[in-house]
Amino acid sequence: MDVTHILFGVFAVMAVVSAILMVTTRNIVHCAVFLITTLLATAGVFLLLQAEFLFVTQIILYVGGIMVLFVFVIMLVNLDVSLRQVQFNRQTWVAVLLAAVLGAQLFIALWLGRNALRLPARAELIAPKNTEAIGQVLFQRYMLPFEIASILLLVAMIGAVVMAKRRV
Amino acid sequence: MVSTEAYLLLGLALFTIGVIGVLTRRNVIIMLMSIELILNAVNINLIAFSRLWGDVSGQIFAIFIITDAAAEAAVGLGIILAFFRNRTTVLADEMDMLKW
Repeated sequence: MDVTHILFGVFAVMAVVSAILMVTTRNIVHCAVFLITTLLATAGVFLLLQAEFLFVTQIILYVGGIMVLFVFVIMLVNLDVSLRQVQFNRQTWVAVLLAAVLGAQLFIALWLGRNALRLPARAELIAPKNTEAIGQVLFQRYMLPFEIASILLLVAMIGAVVMAKRRV
Repeated sequence: MVSTEAYLLLGLALFTIGVIGVLTRRNVIIMLMSIELILNAVNINLIAFSRLWGDVSGQIFAIFIITDAAAEAAVGLGIILAFFRNRTTVLADEMDMLKW
């Protein structure tokens, strides 16, 4: 029971509790704040996994970029009307049941395959220079997917502008 | 050092909560946020396996997933804005123009 266990417990409980609150809260602005809390806790988990580059990327891109976009759209659609409406649809209990079955299946798969996770620790391969290692692999082995991702971002940018324009 | 199963269990819990959010909420914006939660859970799994194998490829794929999440959020929110301008609703079960 060292400090990483305690930190992992704190981050995991924070992530799961605020995720549950995000799904169940009535006010959509509170939903966004709880999702931000979940994403920050996940960033802490990334840091525990020694993925420092993704820790920073998660905070800058998710919390600083995507969630700001969400909050802007929440402000643009009217808030007061949607507060008084019913928040859950009619098939709620069927949906919760199906999701629980899906979770149980994944848990059983994880339980059956738990022996495959017993590998000798090879942490020293990625531990010291995480960003440098990511940069080298990204620009050598994954060069083509990287360029395709940039084209995807360009297309998404144009699509968002066209969608949000007033008269098409 | 925390075992890999703990990270996978955390990813499983977040994934299931995200699926519940997508299936039960009426508000389309909250459904999109739940999809972000699902993608995040997948990222936890990828990085846990990356740590287990000592290979940064999992982290590269997590970067690609974050890129896709950004693109999806931008286009999805643009669609929601355009729809709200035409129909003044963001509820999924009121978007039934194709229903006869």
